[in-house]
Amino acid sequence: MGGQLQFIQLEVMVVALGLFVLLADLFLSESTRRSLGYIAAGALGLVFLLSFRGGYTDLADGEAFGGIYRLDGLALFFKRFFLLTAIFVLVFSVDFASRLRSGVSEYLAFILFALSGMMFVSSANDFSLLFVSIELITVTFYILVSFQRHRMHSLEAGVKYLILGAVSSAFLVYGIALVFGEAGSLKFDVIRDAHAGLLGSNVFLFGMLFVFAGLAFKIAAFPFQVWAPDVYQGAPTPTTTFLAVGSKAAGFVLLIRLFGSVVPELTEQWTGMLMVVAALTILYGNLCALPQRNLKRLLAYSGIANAGYLLMGIVAQSGDGTAAILYYLAGYLFTLVAAFMIINLVTRDGEDEDISYLAGLNKRSPFLAFTLALAAVSLAGIPPLAGFFGKFLLVKSVAAKAFGDAGYFALLAVAVFGVVVSIYYYFGIIRAIYWSKNAPVETPVTIAWPTRIVLGLCVAAILYLGLLPNKPINWANAAAKIEAVAR
Amino acid sequence: MDWLLIIVLLPLLAAAAVGFVPGSQLRTIRGITLGASGLALLGALIAFCSFKVGGGLQFETKWTWVESLGLHFHLAADGINIGIILMGAIVAFAAACCADDITHRMKEFHILLNLMIGGILGAFASMDLFFFYFFHELALVPTFIMIGVWGRGANRNYATYKITLYLSLGALLALIGLIGVYVQTGAESFSIPDLIAKVRETPIDEAAQQWIFPLLMFGFGILVSLWPFHTWAPLGYGAAPTATAMLHAGVLKKFGLYGLIRVAIPMAPAGAQNWLGVLAWLALANLLYCGLVAVRQKDLNQLIGNSSVAHMGFIFLGIASLNVIGLTGAVLVMIAHGLLAALAFGLSGHLYRQTGSLDMSRMGGLLRQMPLAGTALLMALLAGCGLPGFANFAGEVTIFFAAWLAGLKTITVIAAWSALVIGGLYMMRAIRNILHGPRGDDWAKASDVNPLIATALGLLLAALMVFGFAPGLLTKGIESEVTKIVRLAKPAADASEAQATEVAVR
Repeated sequence: MGGQLQFIQLEVMVVALGLFVLLADLFLSESTRRSLGYIAAGALGLVFLLSFRGGYTDLADGEAFGGIYRLDGLALFFKRFFLLTAIFVLVFSVDFASRLRSGVSEYLAFILFALSGMMFVSSANDFSLLFVSIELITVTFYILVSFQRHRMHSLEAGVKYLILGAVSSAFLVYGIALVFGEAGSLKFDVIRDAHAGLLGSNVFLFGMLFVFAGLAFKIAAFPFQVWAPDVYQGAPTPTTTFLAVGSKAAGFVLLIRLFGSVVPELTEQWTGMLMVVAALTILYGNLCALPQRNLKRLLAYSGIANAGYLLMGIVAQSGDGTAAILYYLAGYLFTLVAAFMIINLVTRDGEDEDISYLAGLNKRSPFLAFTLALAAVSLAGIPPLAGFFGKFLLVKSVAAKAFGDAGYFALLAVAVFGVVVSIYYYFGIIRAIYWSKNAPVETPVTIAWPTRIVLGLCVAAILYLGLLPNKPINWANAAAKIEAVAR
Repeated sequence: MDWLLIIVLLPLLAAAAVGFVPGSQLRTIRGITLGASGLALLGALIAFCSFKVGGGLQFETKWTWVESLGLHFHLAADGINIGIILMGAIVAFAAACCADDITHRMKEFHILLNLMIGGILGAFASMDLFFFYFFHELALVPTFIMIGVWGRGANRNYATYKITLYLSLGALLALIGLIGVYVQTGAESFSIPDLIAKVRETPIDEAAQQWIFPLLMFGFGILVSLWPFHTWAPLGYGAAPTATAMLHAGVLKKFGLYGLIRVAIPMAPAGAQNWLGVLAWLALANLLYCGLVAVRQKDLNQLIGNSSVAHMGFIFLGIASLNVIGLTGAVLVMIAHGLLAALAFGLSGHLYRQTGSLDMSRMGGLLRQMPLAGTALLMALLAGCGLPGFANFAGEVTIFFAAWLAGLKTITVIAAWSALVIGGLYMMRAIRNILHGPRGDDWAKASDVNPLIATALGLLLAALMVFGFAPGLLTKGIESEVTKIVRLAKPAADASEAQATEVAVR
């Protein structure tokens, strides 16, 4: 058993850190408590570095706890991804602490618990671990979303997320039960061997469909996207960031593992359905984003659209497609963290995040103006930034399949249409920053130095992923290859 | 010497350098921009003069960028793009000279201008599909911002959005086509010479070509304002600042045509066989429809914009003929029209500065008021009708020969008619309205061009006439490369055609 615990050492550290934060809260004064977020972020940074330690990476491709936990390249990639996200979100939370009013330490602890759930999810090799860790994420998010109890919006968002989240969990668990009934096991390894023979079984197909629906809710894919705009807008902004990046990536690691490696033949059979879902998600997200004035809502719709683009990597059903998803998500992480942080900095407590607050930002803080513009350009998929290269890889992976199947072309056409539409609203952000008059606020923005570091890192990463993709592509390919993606 | 690398890097470095100069140092900023584009022009000139016809790829720079995808930063020149690069450098310098009308947020404008110049020169110098596309975008994004921020007229916002959406759509369609080329050849490389070598052995699957070619044709076509996707062009050029319009209409727009010749035809010849007929008719629509629209214009910029769209019809027609003379003529017109469009927009920009209006009915007698600008405008408008002596004539007439030879006889007749009669009609009307007759009321205080702009315009005119009297300077190089492309596209190109080429080009 001791040998097996080695596999989950990072998760254990994160949970222990969460408990430490909760305990430390009791002994710290009000003023020192605020810097607890920085301490936790620093500790997570240490965990992040430990994930590169030889003793840990040597465990790669191993399984533990009777094969329900798998540590492979994909899992490692996502664990680091989630750790990085959580570090940024913790730094962000300190900026946000004054708006939470109470329970700051609990807020931090819940972020850490959700993080541990995400890290377990990336290693799930069994439906039971999958379900438990997904619930760990979802339940903590119910609380994180409704944390600003004094704000109606936050509570409303919490209730919406609770109800729809419960429905999706029901889908998921019902689907798992059906799959178990047919396959006779919850283990992915068993299902992988058995699924080809079960493709004729409606019970199995319904089971997998329900599982897909549950995961589609996580990534906010059409038709399970309705919750996203309200929840993104109402939730405290650090929660929104974590939800938009972490929770979405958690859904994708499962989609990659399940549909890429566990049931590849089913995926092939469902290519048409997946294409339609991806296309509708892209269309819905982009078209609904057009009239939005609230920035968080705008990013929620753009997040739906991005889920659609990411689904293209699943549709491609190849190692290239998986690598493209990883690359795109990495770029998305830095872009969204930067965008949400800046939205939070330019608006004050009690204000909504209307796009007009960006007016005059280039005078208030040229750095923030530049960073947000960069993030918007990257999201719009314009070279030479991270977003472009991610989209390029996704399109390439789908185009590799397109000749011989016109359906893929239709998907590409929708993607192109979506990108063109998205340029319209992303440039709306840039226009608001640089060209609009009548700035409502003109005071310079003060930025805490850890926030400045995080934003600087984001800018560097967006440029790095766009300009020097040679190494990151190799990492993504390596992470995608270890995962036994069929074909 | 890696002349191309120097030519491409100079403007990009200038963009960075301007970024570090305080916005109040107007003269320094102008100096950096003019110096960089001037030196780039010098480099292009040296490269052009030392270029060896038939010597294959020259002035190469090749760095591996992403190994696993076969992406290289690869600059090189052959007979086709060496002339375009020279034309681009001339236009870039001229645009930099004409950019002194920008006074508001001048620093930002010059950063974008330098970026755009670097992107343009890089796009035409790239021998790697990815960078070919990347540099184009690098030039395109500043275009949008420049029109949005420094544009003119009430329609500015609408024009910005329209041009952004149209051109983004075109670029994305072309990108999918380019990715399709990469995926389908299986060469595991984005390098154009590698891809061509690969398709020479094993052509792309014909069914796939039927997808790839239209994607590239319409994607690139939108970028070049192919009818019916042309409406962004007059609107956008009407709203654009002078330097932006010169660079975009002159050089950047040629990217799509260059892509058709360089990528679409050699990679998907079977697709081309099916679709070039369609292209020929659309080209005719460009010539005829946009020519007629140009006749109706009262605003000088709208007139130039529409006539520039109409002129694209010639080039499309040359490409659609798919023979050596046709493609040679197409490249020749690309270069000629680039110089001409820059000249025309440079002049209209000067006129706009005088009174803030380009309404032709209020102009008149400007030849007396401003002899230098007036003469230049006269020559530009005459070159626009295809007067012999200017490079346009040499290219256009070659294209007519080519189209006739390719069997597009009906189209050739209508095109020749429309080009000569309609083109003559609106150009002559413009000459009468603007240059002759009694002086317009608002123009009493108008002054002639300053020496800097005069230099720029003189340079453009000189190039137009040099290439008009000695098109062989360009065509020899173009022909030797284009022959390879035609041979790849039509393996059975007969000897008689080659002979006809010889005669026509001489």
